[in-house]
Amino acid sequence: MSIVNIKINGKDHQPEIGENILKYALDQGIHIPNLCYDSRLTPSGACRMCIVQIEGRPGVHTACTMTAAEGLSIITDNKEIRALRKSTLELILSEHKTNCTSCDREGACQLQDYAYEYGAAEDKFPSIAATGDSGNYTAEGIAIGYDVEKCIRCMRCVKICAEVQHCEALTFQGRSGEVLVTTPFNMLLTDSSCEMCGQCLDTCPTGALYEKSALGKGRVRSLKKTRTTCLYCGVGCQLDLNVHRESGKLVKVTGETGIIPNDGNTCVKGRFGFDFIHREERLTTPLIREGDAFREADWEEALELVARRFSEIKKESGSDSLAGLSSAKSGNEDNYIMQKFVRSVLGTNNVDHCARLCHASTVAGLARAFGSGAMTNSIDELENTPLIFVIGSNTTECHPVMGIKIRKAVAEGRTKLIVADPRRISLTDIAHLHMQQKPGSDVALINAMMYTILDEKLSDEKFIKERTENFEVFIEAVKNCPPEFAEKVSGVKAEDIRKAARMYASAESASIVYSMGITQHTTGTDNVLSLANLAMLTGNVGKPYSGVNPLRGQNNVQGACDMGALPNVYPGYQKVVEPEIHKKFEKGWNAKLSDKVGLTVVEIMEGARKKEVRGLYVVGENPVLSDPDSNEVFEGLKNLDFLVVQDLFLTETAELADVVLPACSFAERDGTFTNTERRVQKYRRAVNAPGISKPDWEIICSIANKMGAPWAYFDVSEIMKEIASLTPIYGGISYGRIDDVGLQWPCTGTDHPGTKVLHQGKFARGLGKFHPVNFLAQKELPDHEYPLILTTGRMLQHWHTGTMTRKSKVLDEIVPIGYLEINPADAGKLGIEKGEEVSVSSRRGRIRVGVNITEKMAEGVVFLTFHFKESPANALTIAALDPLAKIPEFKACAVKVGKLSR
Amino acid sequence: MITTIDLEPVNKILAQIELSEKLTNGKIKPAYLIPLLQDIQDEYGYLPRKVLEHVSTISGIPLSRIFGVITFYEQFYMEPQGKHTIKCCRGTACHVKNGQKISDTISEILGIAEGETTEDGLFTFETVACLGTCFLAPVVMIDDQYFGNLTNSEITKIINKYSPKGDMP
Repeated sequence: MSIVNIKINGKDHQPEIGENILKYALDQGIHIPNLCYDSRLTPSGACRMCIVQIEGRPGVHTACTMTAAEGLSIITDNKEIRALRKSTLELILSEHKTNCTSCDREGACQLQDYAYEYGAAEDKFPSIAATGDSGNYTAEGIAIGYDVEKCIRCMRCVKICAEVQHCEALTFQGRSGEVLVTTPFNMLLTDSSCEMCGQCLDTCPTGALYEKSALGKGRVRSLKKTRTTCLYCGVGCQLDLNVHRESGKLVKVTGETGIIPNDGNTCVKGRFGFDFIHREERLTTPLIREGDAFREADWEEALELVARRFSEIKKESGSDSLAGLSSAKSGNEDNYIMQKFVRSVLGTNNVDHCARLCHASTVAGLARAFGSGAMTNSIDELENTPLIFVIGSNTTECHPVMGIKIRKAVAEGRTKLIVADPRRISLTDIAHLHMQQKPGSDVALINAMMYTILDEKLSDEKFIKERTENFEVFIEAVKNCPPEFAEKVSGVKAEDIRKAARMYASAESASIVYSMGITQHTTGTDNVLSLANLAMLTGNVGKPYSGVNPLRGQNNVQGACDMGALPNVYPGYQKVVEPEIHKKFEKGWNAKLSDKVGLTVVEIMEGARKKEVRGLYVVGENPVLSDPDSNEVFEGLKNLDFLVVQDLFLTETAELADVVLPACSFAERDGTFTNTERRVQKYRRAVNAPGISKPDWEIICSIANKMGAPWAYFDVSEIMKEIASLTPIYGGISYGRIDDVGLQWPCTGTDHPGTKVLHQGKFARGLGKFHPVNFLAQKELPDHEYPLILTTGRMLQHWHTGTMTRKSKVLDEIVPIGYLEINPADAGKLGIEKGEEVSVSSRRGRIRVGVNITEKMAEGVVFLTFHFKESPANALTIAALDPLAKIPEFKACAVKVGKLSR
Repeated sequence: MITTIDLEPVNKILAQIELSEKLTNGKIKPAYLIPLLQDIQDEYGYLPRKVLEHVSTISGIPLSRIFGVITFYEQFYMEPQGKHTIKCCRGTACHVKNGQKISDTISEILGIAEGETTEDGLFTFETVACLGTCFLAPVVMIDDQYFGNLTNSEITKIINKYSPKGDMP
């Protein structure tokens, strides 16, 4: 980039050539008023407020549509400019009904600020403000309201919907004085292409767009903003919780542009999904089981009971009869303390968490191939990656803010997109190539791509030679899998597979993005190894804009793994079976530790059924709904001698507990989460905790104390100090350093800047290792009795077992109930009509659910989400495990769909 | 009046576009949207919502953009129009040659105001800013025919010709 010399108000400046003048000036702290400008949007020059003079040119020009060029000299403020801006404001005010006294945006309204600054009169021109009596597209709708009287037609909402969210739900209707913002045919937002992200609310410079639930709940001066990290997916969006100073209630969630990773954007869950924190059903006090019911108890009694029972079981049946489930929803500090408690106080490595159910195969596969089981590259690289290969990830619904980055890159022509997914997802609409493979056929598909790459000599031989090993063994497996074979197995045309291979291999650099569609199979580790092979074969790893990028599902699933809430590793993936590591932790924690690998989630449940596990401590998980084959899980939990559940709500799992402990939500305490790009970020206390609930780590520490461990942590930053001292990849991370934008591990020392791209120059394990992978069919194939393949997953509006999102008013209103997605041909064969309730059954269970007939599904495949207890998908799924990662096959089992008998 | 909309004609129009290569990436070029909408309106007489939704799905042009365009231009209709459209000019030349009287007469004969359609669905009446034929003032255009130098009695006769008993098709 070359620098040019310009003058602003007589002073010298050196912006980059072509830089937007308004953005540059604002970044430099030079005040230029603007109403239609948002750094996320292309400038439109519509509001005329940013007018400036250019020396040597007549008239005035809008700074937002001007780019830096050598010799440019501009004046941003003088009498003449001020007079013009004042008139412009007065014209805008004639369209805007100025009822600041009753407006929520009072004090946070750009129009009001400028009217004050320029002394603009509200009544200089006769009012032509539209009247709001005639309803508009939001009148009968959910969550978002539009007050046409306050709209100044700046177009920011329309543009952000098109350019940032890529939904194009909004448009201008009509022209000149009659222009309004609306949806096509004034349909409800929820009937349009809108995804309810609320970006329009956030960009509106006045009070025209507003959050219905926040109306009248407080103006900016009575709200306090607290920056925090989103609790939903692994993107780690930075959000501001706006809490009323007096009532202490959360009023709304906003974002701030320029902050990574989300640049002020959120999805529908981040925007509207946090009202659950104030729900009356929150647990406020410990509960102790008495017969069939619970009674309230104080902390002393509850903790005493927990400590006593755990100690008794340990004494009677040994440490390995106890187990703990940690949580990918709670912070790093909580997970660290939890696994430390299970390991050093209970004395067993039986600690695991739901990462077992999502990315265990990633951790197992990528660690074998590269030496580190995490996303190799960073989120912001996706916007400039020449080719993205999305496989088994419904990115726009499950990682929505990452999804909009991919959409943007494709829309602006920087990125070619290949999607491989058994369903037609939103990304397939913009993909340059969609391969609709059958669930469970991924290895064949990827092997066939590599067959083509080798066949057509498109591989990166230099990379293979210098950076990898085991190549010769690996090609033997690929040779067995020509595209014609893969076509038979996957249903994808051989020619499309070849095309994908050529596109991927010939791109300047290419990034693989994957998620549960790859990992949740009995061949999950094989799938991951295949993707690692593909990346190494073409040299697409260890450099920017490339890599193998697993998108982590939970806000802190990366962190929970990093913290060692896994049965085989201590924090930082240090193996429990390695004597030196074992010794290091015995010394560090001053305790005797087990050197035997512990049980995984599914094995713990099995152990419970067999009475081998007698006591279980569940922190922030709901295995009754989240784990496969839920009838068996239920049996296991019922079979336990002692079950402690620590959560926000009385979940389906908590209902089975002997003791229930009330935990604080993320909004009620401090801590850190680690997002999918390995960035350790803070979440901060914004509201008071309900009742006497406490942060997870405090509760666990109290139990540890009662069982004789002399732990004393003053706050979370002290725990992070201990983590850093024992965990090399977190060695340089401390609360002082992560306040602003966090740090990406590995960060090995206090002066280490963190790591954006892994495996540059050298893999974590030295050489990258190719693994021969042969195609194996899924565990349970469709047959005459169960002819359909069931695949499961998430939807945009809901989250996991629904404990939070189904208690959010807006999210529940948008999608109140689950449904089965089925192809029209399959529905036709069964004589099923839209919305009809049907029965879905597998060899393990049977549920009732309404159907949604859609072309999104391929014939022979049906889809269910696992959010709804009324139609629990996991009553049907199979607990067949990947042999290495022990991840269950959520993504494929055989079912039949039938009409309900009348 | 609820009628089912036949998608056959719009599919024919869309098929022609593909032949004439007005495509990018398998999708219709946004720049071709206005001519496309004109073709559809010629076929259906207006722009039925169902047809537009179909066009959006097939072409990949968002429905919102289509809606924005059709509400911007006067030439597009979202409701069925009369069999014949009468456009009365209210430009300067027509105005000074008593065009307002012609407009009032049309309203009176048809029993509808400007912008409305007669109950029998025969006529839609509009006024326009200028028809560009000032030498014919005062002028009226019915469908694609001009009628100039009009008097009140002449416009009455002309409208009668378009009535079912008249000799115009």
